Amino acid sequence: MKIIISILLCALLAYAVGIYGNLPWWSFVVTNLIVAIVVPQKSFHSFLIGFLSIGLLWAGLAIGIDQGNHHILSTKVATILPLKGSYISLLVLTSFVGALLGGLASLTGSFIKMK
Amino acid sequence: MRLLPFLASAVVTIGLVSLLNTQLSIGPTKSPKLGYFLSPQHGFWKNAEKINTNFDANLVAGELKGNVDVYIDDRLVPHIYADHDEDAYFVQGYLHAKFRLWQMDFQTRVASGRLSEIAGADKLSIDRFFRRLGMVYGAEQTEVKINETNPVMKATVDAYTAGVNAYMKQLAPEDLPFEFKLMNYEPELWTPKKTYLFLMFMSYDLTGRSAALDLQLTNTRDFLGYDLFNKLYTNTQDSLDPIIPKGTVYQKPSIVPIKPANSDTNYLMHKNTLAYQTQPSPEAPDKNNGSNNWAVAGSKTKSGRPILCSDPHLGLNLPSLWYEVQITTPTHSTYGASFPGSPAVIIGFNDSLAWGVTNAGRDVLDYYELKFKDSSQNEYWFNGEWKSVTKRKEVIKVKDSADVVEEIAMTYWGPAMFDAHYQNPQSKGRNLAVKWTAFTPSSGVEAFYQLNRAKNYDDYIHAISLWTCPGQNFVLATKSGDIAIKQQGAFVARWERQGDFIMPGQDSTYDWQGIIPNNENPTIKNPIRGFVSSANQKPTDASYPYYLGTASYFPLYRGISVNKHLANMNQITAQDMQALQTNNDNVFAATARPALMKYVQLDKLSPDAKRMVAEMTNWNLVNEEHAKGITVFKIIWDSVAQAVWGDELAGSDLALTKPDDFVLLDQMLKDSNWSIADDIRTKDKVENFKDQVTLGVENATLKLLELEKENKLEWALFKATRVLHLTKIPALSRMNLPIGGGMNIINATTENHGPSWRMIVHLTDEIEAYGLYPGGQSGNPGSPYYDSFVDYWAAGKYYRLLFLSKENLIKNERTKWHIQFKTAS
Repeated sequence: MKIIISILLCALLAYAVGIYGNLPWWSFVVTNLIVAIVVPQKSFHSFLIGFLSIGLLWAGLAIGIDQGNHHILSTKVATILPLKGSYISLLVLTSFVGALLGGLASLTGSFIKMK
Repeated sequence: MRLLPFLASAVVTIGLVSLLNTQLSIGPTKSPKLGYFLSPQHGFWKNAEKINTNFDANLVAGELKGNVDVYIDDRLVPHIYADHDEDAYFVQGYLHAKFRLWQMDFQTRVASGRLSEIAGADKLSIDRFFRRLGMVYGAEQTEVKINETNPVMKATVDAYTAGVNAYMKQLAPEDLPFEFKLMNYEPELWTPKKTYLFLMFMSYDLTGRSAALDLQLTNTRDFLGYDLFNKLYTNTQDSLDPIIPKGTVYQKPSIVPIKPANSDTNYLMHKNTLAYQTQPSPEAPDKNNGSNNWAVAGSKTKSGRPILCSDPHLGLNLPSLWYEVQITTPTHSTYGASFPGSPAVIIGFNDSLAWGVTNAGRDVLDYYELKFKDSSQNEYWFNGEWKSVTKRKEVIKVKDSADVVEEIAMTYWGPAMFDAHYQNPQSKGRNLAVKWTAFTPSSGVEAFYQLNRAKNYDDYIHAISLWTCPGQNFVLATKSGDIAIKQQGAFVARWERQGDFIMPGQDSTYDWQGIIPNNENPTIKNPIRGFVSSANQKPTDASYPYYLGTASYFPLYRGISVNKHLANMNQITAQDMQALQTNNDNVFAATARPALMKYVQLDKLSPDAKRMVAEMTNWNLVNEEHAKGITVFKIIWDSVAQAVWGDELAGSDLALTKPDDFVLLDQMLKDSNWSIADDIRTKDKVENFKDQVTLGVENATLKLLELEKENKLEWALFKATRVLHLTKIPALSRMNLPIGGGMNIINATTENHGPSWRMIVHLTDEIEAYGLYPGGQSGNPGSPYYDSFVDYWAAGKYYRLLFLSKENLIKNERTKWHIQFKTAS
């Protein structure tokens, strides 16, 4: 239960700091870190929380946008990057980049816990 | 706290953030900052526009004098209704920015030599070229003139600028256009100077070919000697059908340019033998930058009212050079294609008349050779004394590298473009100053402002009299029944061959002796034949009293095709005009194929070559998408031309220019023993056209067999027409379009070039207009409106243009959205 709450909290805060385009794109690293300090978990659990929270947030946002756009832009970007024009690969990459960084941020935070 | 794991984890996290926040080098290009780029709240995903986006909006702008209503139709074309003219241009600027911001930024960067600033040292050669050519200098001249002498245009450009900036100021960082994110830079606020830089770029695009051609012609003349040169690059075009019909009588010229007494030895026959250094030179403007336009009088139409057509042929790009707009204020109501970057409509129509333009192609850029006193380049010899230059400093910022400073010596002639610090394979180690009409301060932007408001022929003549560079053929048709065409611009009164080559610049003997007065520029109104037309051919026959420039500037065959069709058409409708604008008849091949067949020795050909000749002769002379005969014809023709003059041009390590096709064709038609046909490398044999055509067919067959193997003989597959994104990234472009046409064809669609805006206006009481361009109203690659016209365009179809009063537009079923602009009060 605590894990799910942490995931939701991380995702919510990451979304919130993402609304303001003037803040850097990696602001969720800071919020994940703080959540990991405030709601202590075992290190591996922390990583998982950070990984899933940002991974799911980014995947959810990107999939929502991509559906509404009928894959017009994702197909083009997936050709430039290059991912052979596969918007699914691009969604996976997007989600994974966010997830990995989110996981590392939470993991880092978990080592600061006071216990 | 577990220090060691913490430190390790922190280092990895920070390392990954930095890596994802850095542009990585991939070959010559750089990646976007990947983390930023992929972030769904910051990066490219934000540009993936919702398919059913609602463009309704209520906006407040303190700069406005009154309220403005914009209705947007189903093709995303805005119809602007404003109570004040300046407000309309404010909103036009706002909408250009909203839909085309990146393109506006990028195009003015190219024009002002500022690509290196965002793309690094890789683009330095392009930047240096444009700086040294005086692009920024030219824009500054016009800006000063307008600010000092033209309050109406100043107010117009200022309002436009304020509109662009009003959009930019409310733009959130995450909503920056896609390309800024991809290339990782940010736009800067618009300025009036950027508008003049953009117009300067159009001058370059449409008259700047001389900047390369004059050097190539000089090198070719040096290499061949003038006598041989004059045979291969003759100015006589036997089959010319000029814009002003042959036989027209011209008034006595008010300027009679005098050829300098020593010009034969010091200029025409002069042979320069300086060593040269090499520097890459950027692409010259496309030789095919041209256009068609015509108007037919009511006497030839079914309705009894004139019809006007215009299709400018330019580079085909995404986002398109054009943006459709309707502007309606109490002073005028106008619809047409506008330039993102400039106020008003450029090609279009209003309540009373329609106009269109084609490029005049006249030579208005010359080089003069300088002699500097010493390597400081502070003084140059002119009219018998050492004259001081002023030095113009151009600082080029380079991404990830030190600034590059160009110190350009400004002379009597203009900027010393080529000197000890700047050479290229064409300039051959010389000091060359540029003289160009684009440097003359101009109110050209007012010409279009006035055309937007013109009511009749006199207004049109007055409006275009303001136009100086690039010279254009302005076609006109009015509701009241007038049709006209005038070649207008600041054209140099030249003596024969003046400025075709680099000219001596040590005194004023070779200077321009005047600009031809506007009333002597070729004009025709309501001719008996019932139509006027232009397709970049020479404007007049040889009886016009001024030298027009080297024939290489003037393609011949499209004009012949247009005039042939128009002469034969009667009871014309707008639909007939659609068919003509997309017509694929090949009049060049219609003459050239029989000429080839006259000389080819069939019995000497290999079986494959015979088969190819049969493919060519069975072809219906129409450049259709699936035709193979045109591909075969083109390869054979090019191969024969190579056989005929490849030997003469072989062995030069300088940049030369090829002779024009008409030269070869005219000779094949009239002289079977033309001396050039001989291969000068074979000493024991004198070849003639029979030998060279037969050889050419055999050589062509080798290439054709390869194409056949690759399954690329069909014309559209061979030609592979593409509409390229301005960065040339294929994923953002439309490649391999199914379309016919080609060079010398009315549907002038070549590889990356062709009809960039097709417009047909039938001047009935309620105007019936059609048009489209190969792009879309949105510049965003993530929008369904990015390339929404491309397939229709390729198929030769048209949209009916909505040109309505506010009341009727609101009621129209094609009207989708409403943007309301309110003043602050």
